[in-house]
Amino acid sequence: MENPENIIEVRNLQIDFHTYAGEVKAIRDVSFDLRKGETLAIVGESGSGKSVTTRSLMGLLAPNAVIKSGSIMFHDEDIIKKSEKDMQHIRGKDIAMIFQDPMTSLDPTMRIGLQIAEPLMKHKGLKKKEAVAQALEMLKLVGITDPENRINDYPYQFSGGMRQRIVIAIALVCYPEVLIADEPTTALDVTIQAQILDLMKDLQNRIDTSIIFITHDLGVVAGMADRVAVMYAGKIVEYGTVDEIFFNPQHPYTWGLLNSMPTLDTEGGSLSAIPGTPPDLLDPPVGDAFAARSDYAMKIDTEKEPPFFKVSDTHYAATWLLHPDAPKVTPPAEIVRRQKKFATMQKPEAPIKHETKE
Amino acid sequence: MRKYLLKRIFYLFLTLFIVATATFFLMKLMPGTPLQNEAKLTASEKASILAQYGLDKPVWLQYFIYIGGIFKGSLGLSFQFSDQAVSYLIGSRMGPSMQLGGQAMVVGVIFGIILGAVGAIRKDTWADRLATVLSILGIAVPSFVLAILLQYYLGLKLGWFPVAGWEGFAYTILPTLALAASPLAETARFIRTDMVDVLSSDYIELAKAKGLSKFGIVYHHALRNSLIPMVTLIGPLAAALMTGSMVVENIFSVPGIGEQFVKSILVNDYPTIMGVTIFYSALLCLLLLLTDIVYGIIDPRIRLSGNGD
Amino acid sequence: MVDNPNNIEIKPGDFEPLDKQAGPDNEKIAAPSLTFGQDVWRRLKSNKTAFTSFIILILLFLMAFGGQAIYHQNPNDQEPKYANLPPKIPGVGIHGLNGHINQGGTDVDAYKAAGAGSDVHYTLGTDYLGRDLLARIMYGTRVSLEIALIATLIDLTIGVGFGILSGWMGGRVDMFMQRIIEILSSIPSLVVMVLMATAFQKTGMASIIAALAIINWTTMARLTRAQTLQMKNQDFILAARTLGESAPKIAWKHLLPNLSSVIIIQTMFTIPNAIFFEAFLSYIGIGISSPQASLGTLISDGQKNFQFLPYQMWYPAIVLIVLMLAFNLLGDGMRDAFDPKSKR
Repeated sequence: MENPENIIEVRNLQIDFHTYAGEVKAIRDVSFDLRKGETLAIVGESGSGKSVTTRSLMGLLAPNAVIKSGSIMFHDEDIIKKSEKDMQHIRGKDIAMIFQDPMTSLDPTMRIGLQIAEPLMKHKGLKKKEAVAQALEMLKLVGITDPENRINDYPYQFSGGMRQRIVIAIALVCYPEVLIADEPTTALDVTIQAQILDLMKDLQNRIDTSIIFITHDLGVVAGMADRVAVMYAGKIVEYGTVDEIFFNPQHPYTWGLLNSMPTLDTEGGSLSAIPGTPPDLLDPPVGDAFAARSDYAMKIDTEKEPPFFKVSDTHYAATWLLHPDAPKVTPPAEIVRRQKKFATMQKPEAPIKHETKE
Repeated sequence: MRKYLLKRIFYLFLTLFIVATATFFLMKLMPGTPLQNEAKLTASEKASILAQYGLDKPVWLQYFIYIGGIFKGSLGLSFQFSDQAVSYLIGSRMGPSMQLGGQAMVVGVIFGIILGAVGAIRKDTWADRLATVLSILGIAVPSFVLAILLQYYLGLKLGWFPVAGWEGFAYTILPTLALAASPLAETARFIRTDMVDVLSSDYIELAKAKGLSKFGIVYHHALRNSLIPMVTLIGPLAAALMTGSMVVENIFSVPGIGEQFVKSILVNDYPTIMGVTIFYSALLCLLLLLTDIVYGIIDPRIRLSGNGD
Repeated sequence: MVDNPNNIEIKPGDFEPLDKQAGPDNEKIAAPSLTFGQDVWRRLKSNKTAFTSFIILILLFLMAFGGQAIYHQNPNDQEPKYANLPPKIPGVGIHGLNGHINQGGTDVDAYKAAGAGSDVHYTLGTDYLGRDLLARIMYGTRVSLEIALIATLIDLTIGVGFGILSGWMGGRVDMFMQRIIEILSSIPSLVVMVLMATAFQKTGMASIIAALAIINWTTMARLTRAQTLQMKNQDFILAARTLGESAPKIAWKHLLPNLSSVIIIQTMFTIPNAIFFEAFLSYIGIGISSPQASLGTLISDGQKNFQFLPYQMWYPAIVLIVLMLAFNLLGDGMRDAFDPKSKR
């Protein structure tokens, strides 16, 4: 481990998918860290590779995926080099995962108590009875009412929000060090979304776990994450603390994402979509993959891949705009407004969280 | 649930009534009488035989007598075996047919599940391909061809099993194998398709994320979810077994209902054809009803909705 | 993790803004677009098993319907003195195809024993009446296929019509029609066929076709109805209705094309089913009868001599099995090809 605070270190990860059409280069040189107790959000459009990245942490890639290079260090051991048998001891115990759709992620024919108890029986060697007893405690913890009676119910007897609480209970029952949440609120109603997010934050404090939070919804990120990594076309293009990404974004793609997100103080319908479609990863473009869709693209963007330029100790962005020789450009109005706010937030007394929560 | 059951039982009787009516009138269209050596009989002898079968009465009266008889468990008298009641004929031949059918169903379903599950778990490997070839062969090779081949090669040439007859368990092996091929193939195909679906579902992904072993995932989650819909296959499989039993019993000289049915068809024994038809329909209807009830009991998703419709 | 920006070699002009007009059109879709039909055909071709089955079926059809143009033997010509002769192909020495049989352990030239001249040879031998087996197999295959295809066509018409009507009308009509299907499908199909075949005087193609048609359509009707129900409430149908198109026109122009994949796939499984039942009925003696032939009667005839002259059953049985296999495998392939989920 390069940094003792890190619990996971991903370095230069490259993943290809074999398809009939050819090799799809889904993950192209991705590196990031996950620190103890923090929440790292990975943000991007569908197809940007965020789910593939996290699946590789679990060793749950599709059979046609090949890890071309890179390493995933977890407790000084490379997960990529581990056998399936070894991974089974990590999955559910040290690294757990929550999926997108609670309506389909529970086994319809098994009582939920047993479904929660399963990881305990597998990893802690508990007998069924003890495991179910602990499952009951977990049910209480995730806020299922009347847990004593409901523990023997089947999934169909619960609503979507309740089911996601059960899925969370399954994921956290072994007190994992890392929780991967793959769009855990996308399939839920907006009111339920907030409840689930609050629950996750509450449980994170209680059982001291680190969370990797995958989403395409920047609005969800604001209240949830400590740090944010923005992914585009199989690469991380910008990462920093949540305030840095929200109020001092540097990459044109991050600008586009923020610009397309409605906020309470969005003025006069200036909401805009990012034009075009993500590039075909069968044959990724040379240089900055976002250049084709960017209003700020320069000649070098089509020739050379931008390195990460340092903005602050915690904030890096891969865009040629940050090169000292690059011309100064004015970001979209909304971004300028955000950057102004960021300047005021830098003053120590500035209330940060209060303002960012939309 | 009770309302649903009552409704189903009503339809069961309606179906049987329609079958009985349709059979009766179809058979009335047909030439043929119980008279065997017609030329030699005198007019009065003919009349007395016809009266014995109730054929002297008008057709509508015959019909009511027949339907009424069914409620009393009578299916009329057989033409070919003078004086034998069809219900007795069926009863006396039920044993071998049921034993063969049952054995074939058990063998077919169990090996079908294994074959299908292996195919799904080892999808796109040689094991899957082998399972697919076997199951497609089971569908493509008609039971009568298989029966003849088994009888000749395993029975006659290698002498491993008795060639024909019905004198003990050894005699059931070849006909069971011949009959089991089709349910085996159908089950294997069904389970494979269903399990491939199940294995790609989100809850299997979650089971993997729990760290369960491959065996644990298949045993605790995939198999259960694939086996439940399998129950609905039992009815159609039983129907296929009835079909198969006609030729297989014939080829192996098994004294069962199927063999009797084919014989009756060839000698125009209409009361027996009608009786067996009604018997087969009743059996299938009951099986369908039973599997529906069982399905409702074992699938928790259906249990809730209650009306099950 | 982070390169030192100062080490990057920058050429003058690198930071010129990119001319968006000259750049590649970012709305362009990279992969060439295929119509649905082209896509299905492409996927079917890439499925080797299904494609092979397709070729085999074409060959079998050619043999059944055009074989007599090349092979001139009459399938019904009896030559009692040449009865039960084994296959003989001139110039081929392999046992089984050279006109020799094994009689009590000794190799006998059956043709010589029957007093046949050197110019007499039957490619697949003769049956118990001295009829040319190859000619009879070609003839029998044709009869089997004709019966299966006509029965399937009738199934298709009744099933699809019934299904669309039931699904489209909904309400009481649907309820009533569903009950009919329910009752029909809880009667063992073979029993109905036997009854029909017996009722229609036991002989000829017509009775078998009627028997097959009366029972097999329920599956098709059920599938069509389910699809129609699903489709009925979709926007494109709604749009057609709002535009005032008549119901039959909507069914023909909008519903049917969208049902086609389901119908085609189901047809691929109905045909072998019909072939099987025809063979079955003929085998137990209530189907096609002499001098007509079908694969079922040929197998039934061949079985009588199976112990001594196995080829008499093997050849028609192989044709039947290959036919069933090819239809089933092609059906499987079509199902995969039509299923957008299986796209990779």
